[in-house]
Amino acid sequence: MLLVHCPYCDETLPELEFTYGGEAHIARPENPADKTDDEWRDFLFIRTNVKGPHFERWRHAHGCGRFFNAVRDTVSDRFLTTYKADAPRPDLAVLLADASMKEPSK
Amino acid sequence: MTHFSALSLLKNALTGQKNWQAQWPDSQPKSEYDVVIVGAGGHGLGAAHYLAKEHGITNVAVIDKGWLGGGNTGRNTTIIRSNYLYDESAKLYDHAVDLWEGLSQDLNYNVMFSRRGVLMLAHNVHDVQSFQRHIHSNRLNGVDNRWLTPQEAKEFCPPLNISPNARYPVMGGALQMRAGTARHDAVAWGYARSASQRGVDIIQNCPVTAIRRGPDGSVEGVETAKGFIRAKKVAVSAAGHTSVVMDSAGVRMPLESYPLQALVSEPIKPIFPCVVMSNTVHAYISQSDKGELVIGSGTDQYTSYSQRGGLPLIEHTVAAICEIFPIFNRMRMLRKWGGIVDVTPDRSPILGTTPVPGLYVNCGWGTGGFKATPGAAHTLAWTIAKGTPHDINAPFTLDRFRTGRLIDEAAAAAVAH
Ligand SMILES: Cc1cc2nc3c(=O)[nH]c(=O)nc-3n(C[C@H](O)[C@H](O)[C@H](O)COP(=O)(O)OP(=O)(O)OC[C@H]3O[C@@H](n4cnc5c(N)ncnc54)[C@H](O)[C@@H]3O)c2cc1C
Ligand SMILES: [Zn+2]
Repeated sequence: MLLVHCPYCDETLPELEFTYGGEAHIARPENPADKTDDEWRDFLFIRTNVKGPHFERWRHAHGCGRFFNAVRDTVSDRFLTTYKADAPRPDLAVLLADASMKEPSK
Repeated sequence: MTHFSALSLLKNALTGQKNWQAQWPDSQPKSEYDVVIVGAGGHGLGAAHYLAKEHGITNVAVIDKGWLGGGNTGRNTTIIRSNYLYDESAKLYDHAVDLWEGLSQDLNYNVMFSRRGVLMLAHNVHDVQSFQRHIHSNRLNGVDNRWLTPQEAKEFCPPLNISPNARYPVMGGALQMRAGTARHDAVAWGYARSASQRGVDIIQNCPVTAIRRGPDGSVEGVETAKGFIRAKKVAVSAAGHTSVVMDSAGVRMPLESYPLQALVSEPIKPIFPCVVMSNTVHAYISQSDKGELVIGSGTDQYTSYSQRGGLPLIEHTVAAICEIFPIFNRMRMLRKWGGIVDVTPDRSPILGTTPVPGLYVNCGWGTGGFKATPGAAHTLAWTIAKGTPHDINAPFTLDRFRTGRLIDEAAAAAVAH
């Protein structure tokens, strides 16, 4: 089971309290009428589905109820960070450097 | 290559089983092929078999990063059925069931296809209405499916708990008698043996790292751990890794990869005569010929490539199985595992040509593509050979996510399946 840190409650809790909300930082089109079919396809259906660090949304459904964002490695399932919904997208290079510092030496 | 028959079994029994030949050679790649298929699961190997057998195209390589059949083909709960809602799906899955019926003969390999019937349980009013709609639509399409009352369901599957105060009350069920199971490994092995017998190279432990395109945009070949392999036609059947492979060709896919788990119990004497599925509680169960109960679960909620899956899913599934079949309360489970399934927004597969000339794809099967293996492989081989869609796979284009002509089995069933 994943342990998820809610940045609002500032607590790390079992995954069962949370629901997954799909890829993060996908902005709704500002002028929907101007969008081409290709752009609609990309917005609605295309996802990075990255094998590695993934920017994604979670919701603390059985806690504070709020949406927040996370970066999780989809190979190890380990969270690199979680952050509030209105915080800017974190710099991946910095996150990865931090994570490798915390990695136990082999 | 030995032809399997009662006679060859007898002959080898008399000589102490020492003279069996390897069923296919472990090939090393040549520098060029007419067709390269990425992924040696049932779908990739099947396409190679039909390319060779039906289209005479034998200069083909099937390349896998691991061992053949080690992906979802060797990890699934082997449920085969064709009672899907929409006309396009009914045609595709029923084409597969037609081929399943003759597959052991076609391959000279016992894939143990067993038409034991698949019963889908209805636990609430929504299930009842949705299954009855499926039954009507299936019958209009010539696909067998019928409604059973709780008593009839119990007669068909005696371990079922139909007590009205059960945790998951059974309000009836949809039964497809033509549906059943097959031996998953044998499907991969049978296709591999037949394809390699006809000249196809099966290259294992060789990850494809990228698809290379020429200046005009068309496919030139694949980069692999064993070097560049030239091919004017490349087909990708890489299940959960399809979007990773397609990305390297510059094609972004409407796919997300999720872990899906299954587990088996200790083996017991035959007790479970059919397959029972409960989509509402996400539990699927049948008994293998070895005697294990084979139990399938739902996907994890988050995307992942970890091929593991979380324990809460297993707990939930086993709890539901114990409620629906109290007789299994004290069974011990032996092992569980996960596979990575590639899920599309409408829960229908993507099958056929792509915007890149020479690049074909067979993916998006999500949690339910084993049943379609022969049908999809058969029509994909046709498409690769002729360069155009087959009547049956034509609606399952990648382009439907631009045009909006979705085949929305997701909305039809209200769950992944
Ligand atoms: C637990 C579980 C239960 C399931 N139950 C059912 C069921 O009851 N009924 C049903 O119909 N379906 C079921 N499915 C779904 C079914 O297993 C799949 O849809 C189907 O087997 C897919 O077959 P495939 O040949 O496309 O993929 P796979 O068998 O996964 O083959 C893909 C191959 O591609 C290879 N590959 C990936 N990337 C690369 C690369 N870069 N280079 C080279 N090779 C690569 C992989 O190693 C793999 O061998 C289940 C799946 C799971 C995981
Ligand atoms: Zn919270």
